[in-house]
Amino acid sequence: MPRRLTRGLRPLALLLFALPLACQAAQRELLQLFVTAPFLELHTGPGRGYPVTEVVARGDSVDVLFRRTEWFKVRTERGVEGWAAEGDLLLTTLADGSPFKFERGDREGFRSHRWEGGVLTGDYAGATLVEGFVARSLTDSLKFELQVGQFLGNLSNGYVADLGLNHVFMPQWRFSPFLTMGTGVERTEPKATLVVPRDQTYQTAYAGVGGRYYLTRRFFLRAEYRHHTVFTKVDANEVKQEWKVGFAFFY
Amino acid sequence: MESRIRVLLLTLAFALCGGCAHLHMHWPFHRHAKPPPTQAQQDADADAAAAAAEAAPPPTVIEPQVERRKVKVPKIKSKNVELGASFGEISIESYTAAPLTGLRFDYHVTEDFYFEASAGRAMSGKTSFETLGGNIQLLTEDERRFTYYNLSLGYNFLPGEVFLGRNLAMTSGFYMVGGIGSVKFEGDHKFTVNFGAGFRVLPTDWLAIHIEAQDLVFKSDFLGTDRLRNNLEASLGATVYF
Repeated sequence: MPRRLTRGLRPLALLLFALPLACQAAQRELLQLFVTAPFLELHTGPGRGYPVTEVVARGDSVDVLFRRTEWFKVRTERGVEGWAAEGDLLLTTLADGSPFKFERGDREGFRSHRWEGGVLTGDYAGATLVEGFVARSLTDSLKFELQVGQFLGNLSNGYVADLGLNHVFMPQWRFSPFLTMGTGVERTEPKATLVVPRDQTYQTAYAGVGGRYYLTRRFFLRAEYRHHTVFTKVDANEVKQEWKVGFAFFY
Repeated sequence: MESRIRVLLLTLAFALCGGCAHLHMHWPFHRHAKPPPTQAQQDADADAAAAAAEAAPPPTVIEPQVERRKVKVPKIKSKNVELGASFGEISIESYTAAPLTGLRFDYHVTEDFYFEASAGRAMSGKTSFETLGGNIQLLTEDERRFTYYNLSLGYNFLPGEVFLGRNLAMTSGFYMVGGIGSVKFEGDHKFTVNFGAGFRVLPTDWLAIHIEAQDLVFKSDFLGTDRLRNNLEASLGATVYF
């Protein structure tokens, strides 16, 4: 084997050996839960249809390995692993006897959560818009959000990115209106066949109004209108109207 | 004579005793008797004693020797994110089929639904017109590159298990996916609608193998008429849960 090749393989070999050690070091202490209901059913998979193959009796404990959506992978005292539904784990307690509490995707979660994200589509000054967004809750009503999208029109394509604040009125309502404002950038790429192509990037400011409607579990609908002011290099600023609608989830 | 001396000494002794009685202010061993307290002083002393008794903590029977241990509840790790790559073939309408490389990012929101962001790239072949026409080139190399991204919503259905022999069972399931995105091809970006279905098998809790078929539909007038163009792709992929 050429010397250069063996030298190149050395870090890779080191990484391969170091990786299991790192994983071992990262092993964490597991949460222990005690069954207070008459029994706890364990399924073979994380889904309502998977068969029950193990039952944990009252007073026995399980270790929680990890969570996937509404299901928790647990290990019994005898070492058997299975999936427990979140609804069943509401009837378990911690080692000190206090009830096991965890965040569930419901109306209470819709009112108060940390993160949300989603996909929106609509119209941006006559062009079709494809957009994704992510928001971080500062309070139940106030959110800091980032939206990144692409607009595809007949005369030009481009990208938009907006950063701003979103104030939700009555977050406890199933339908809650909101106001939003912030700043962003817009990059326009005119189509070569119609005009002399020259990409332009301008700063923008926006203000908007919209609403959100809780659907089920962790999902909600979101629709909004935004009024953009584009700070162009010519004398007059350009005004662009945008409306969009989409699916979103909270976490 | 003798009696005179005796009288003198007795007088001296008497005078000294009287003098000592007058020197009691300066005699260090002499204790003063306290003057008897007045009624107002007695009341003030009683109030102060009562206030001190109230302020003082109640007497404890047993002093605790052990501090209460703070129990730290371990956090539960959520593994709802799926990240992976896929390889397949895409049949680009009016061109040839081409090998496809893709990336996907899934976020499982509930047992049934998930969000997906995916992207892919392929290099298209020539149109029939270019093949027959000899040296005619409709597109440059860069324009021939077919790149797309999609933002989709997926729905898991028909969950189940697959069995390998007697001892190995793996969870599996079908899914449908649909969304919107963009394709960059023929020197232009096009608004795209995607929909498809797939099958997912999980050999372990953290690994999934996917077989998927999807259609990317966009409208284009590049080849003469403005029409919808369907681009079917089939791919095999692997994803890891985080």
